[in-house]
Amino acid sequence: MKSSVIIFPGSNCDRDMDVALKKFGFKNKMVWHNDNVIPKSDLVVLPGGFSYGDYLRCGSIAAKSNIINSVIEFANKGGLVIGICNGFQILIETGLVTGALLRNKYLKFICKNIFVKANKTHNKYFNKIKKDILELHIAHNDGNYFCSQDDLKSMQDNDQIAVRYCDSNGEISENSNPNGSIQNIAGVF
Amino acid sequence: MKIKVIVTPKNGVLDPQGKAIQQTLNSMNFIDVSEVRQGKYFEIETDLKDEKDAKKNVEDMCKKLLANLVIEDYKIL
Repeated sequence: MKSSVIIFPGSNCDRDMDVALKKFGFKNKMVWHNDNVIPKSDLVVLPGGFSYGDYLRCGSIAAKSNIINSVIEFANKGGLVIGICNGFQILIETGLVTGALLRNKYLKFICKNIFVKANKTHNKYFNKIKKDILELHIAHNDGNYFCSQDDLKSMQDNDQIAVRYCDSNGEISENSNPNGSIQNIAGVF
Repeated sequence: MKIKVIVTPKNGVLDPQGKAIQQTLNSMNFIDVSEVRQGKYFEIETDLKDEKDAKKNVEDMCKKLLANLVIEDYKIL
């Protein structure tokens, strides 16, 4: 399997992704944001960090960079793209995934381990993961997921909510929501 | 020519920064303040000479970059 990690000015989790992907057997290539073409890949990863200093809105400037048209084209042809942290913010700004990310509800940068419940039905990303509840690390200032009620309904109907914040027992509640995200949403397809 | 744009959070979208500012103003004895919404202000210098053309261009910029229409409204002044 081949993967590509896109590096933007201000990305800081790109090399972590390189290590992680290689650990799981991917032949990974690092791709500069100013390039126009993605090497032949089974997976494209937009890593975390602070692309373009988070100017204007997190991910908004990176979403207009040279390489992004190729990422959009790759995704529209059915290619797998994953955006983590700032990468998720960039995907949101490209319009490839629905919604927006607001400042955290209590205005604090959150850096801690949390639990999420994975939606494992009908998707290519989680179907080989044995656990339903995953312990992950978050580090963000703007992770408060928001979308319109119509979009929310459409995503629920189409099984597009990927992971939701929960406690260690898998209970999804206001108490297990670190940043105010609508419906405890931590990730979407 | 200079075109000015204001971008604000849409009604109904949570604005934690505005809320924090409101609470601080209240604690400073500005007790009349019941809500604050924080936005962004842009001054765009353009080489276009016709104001109508320039504003049309800026509207395009708002839709494509300056505002995220899921959560923000824009106003060209």
